[in-house]
Amino acid sequence: MKREGSPLKGVGTIAIKEAADHMTSARMHLIMLLVLLTAAGSVWAAIGQIRVTTAEDPFLFLKLLTTARDPLPSFASFLGFLLPLVAIALGFDGINGEFGKRTMSRILAQPIYRDAVLFGKFLGGMLVLAIALLTLWLLMVGLGILMLGLPPSGADVGRGLAYLAVTLVYTGVWLALALAFSTVIKTPATSALAALSVWLVFSIFWSMITPFAASVISPLDPTNPMTLLSQYETQQALARISPSVLYGEISQMLLDPASRSVGPVFMSQLQGALVGAPLPTLQSILIIWPQISGLFAAMVLLFTGAYVVFQRQEVRA
Amino acid sequence: MSEPVIEAHGLVKRYGKSTVVDGVDLTLTEGEVLGLLGPNGAGKTTTILMLLGLTEPSAGEVRVLGRNPLREPLKVKSDVGYLPDAVGFYDTLTGRENLMFTARLGGFNPAEARTRIAAALDRVHLSAAADRRVGTYSRGMRQRLGLAELLMRETRVAILDEPTSGLDPQSTDELLGLIREFSADGMTVILSSHLLDVVQSICTRVALFNRGRVGFVGTVEALAQQVTDGAFHIDVAADGADVGALIGGLEDVNQVKPDGTGWHITAARDIRAELAKRIVEAGGALKNLDAHRVSLSEAYNLFFKEVSHEA
Repeated sequence: MKREGSPLKGVGTIAIKEAADHMTSARMHLIMLLVLLTAAGSVWAAIGQIRVTTAEDPFLFLKLLTTARDPLPSFASFLGFLLPLVAIALGFDGINGEFGKRTMSRILAQPIYRDAVLFGKFLGGMLVLAIALLTLWLLMVGLGILMLGLPPSGADVGRGLAYLAVTLVYTGVWLALALAFSTVIKTPATSALAALSVWLVFSIFWSMITPFAASVISPLDPTNPMTLLSQYETQQALARISPSVLYGEISQMLLDPASRSVGPVFMSQLQGALVGAPLPTLQSILIIWPQISGLFAAMVLLFTGAYVVFQRQEVRA
Repeated sequence: MSEPVIEAHGLVKRYGKSTVVDGVDLTLTEGEVLGLLGPNGAGKTTTILMLLGLTEPSAGEVRVLGRNPLREPLKVKSDVGYLPDAVGFYDTLTGRENLMFTARLGGFNPAEARTRIAAALDRVHLSAAADRRVGTYSRGMRQRLGLAELLMRETRVAILDEPTSGLDPQSTDELLGLIREFSADGMTVILSSHLLDVVQSICTRVALFNRGRVGFVGTVEALAQQVTDGAFHIDVAADGADVGALIGGLEDVNQVKPDGTGWHITAARDIRAELAKRIVEAGGALKNLDAHRVSLSEAYNLFFKEVSHEA
């Protein structure tokens, strides 16, 4: 059935209102304060560490984001762990909250398509996340320049920006997940818990589950050494279902120019390689391109799922 | 007669196996106020949502201002305003900001929207509270803000679902006054309610819903006619005369029964003149002689009694 009018009418209005709501909400302020404190803490620790050890490292700036000093983890792993929380806080009551406030039927009675509501909510969330991430990134870079007294090189900035873009996509996955739960589940508290459970499973328990599952799927045969490899590959394939693992691999590759591979490497493949020599930025991106596509696909899939459910949902809930 | 504003033919809505709306036909002309009456779960709200295109009918067809709400939803929705049951606004925004948001969704330019919003708020007497957060509004104020939204958008049709539920009598009166003004301005109004006196006081026609069907559409008088066969109800009180005996010879009297202070007579025509004459001639002192057709609530009760006997 062909319908007149653009499904995008009103998207901008809804996105901007959504973003303004997030920017002024106490929920967002609290969680960004948490992120900011942990980020500042980890970068501060990293700066201390860099000063002590590797004053001659060629990629000093990226080290800011990846160096960990006990007991603090690195900035990159902190983000991988905390950003889903930010995204969930933004999205968990996106749709069911509107029903709860009884505003949904009134909004849908305005001359816009339903498509605009969900898409506007997603875009509004992404806008807020993009602003927050950019601010965070600039703050950390600024802190680095001040404390280390070194300007970042062009390659540093390039890799940093690529990392920023991927981080946004990674956060988008969790925003889409939270919105999907808020569409399927009627009560905000339940949808928040559901999204948080998925976050816990993927960021903490997944690394415990995968070795076990892999040993069941492809068991070791003591007489055949290749089974060792196939078990490892199974485990890695399973681990990559988790967006946190994908994001971890991407940030490792982007922020450490010396790394060459995210999978097992054979001795024969290392022949002729200059170990420790940095890769060009584009080559690094090329290696983790499948991971980036995977994250993007996950975001699109989750959003589409939410979209399909939302389009078929009855207005009177 | 102008072309119908809303036309619905054979609307059916099924959820799984249960049929919520089962073959509803409605026609509305411009400036009419139609009251949808019926018990909870009779299918009123579902019918409204189908008229708006917010729910897809399982069968049947709707035309709103000559357009199909499923094919041209944006045009239909810009001409039709909907005030849902217990309307919700964003509590953290002010009344004015809430209206500004819907004005932007409707695609008005900001300057025009601002003047329209100010005028609409003024008309529903919310100017003083316009810059307060909606969270502080009373229920009546929210409903009025909902009406202001329709005014601001200048819709040609207003569909109001239970607009007066949960309001105190004064707010109800205020709201009804506003709705009356809208209809005087040529707006076509559909209103659903359980409150019969509300419906009777402002609706030109009523539609009685029962189990997903429209049992009756027409004026309140026609409804009374149908359920009571057009009978007159006459209350008589007289001292010193036995009305029960006096009435014996009169034609077209269906029923006479004493009701405490006097008598209640049901007759097929207005027999007051003859009755008064007889009482006076018999030397009685006539204290009360009151004829009325059934009120909407009596008719409503009679209607649903009949329907449930049939079932």
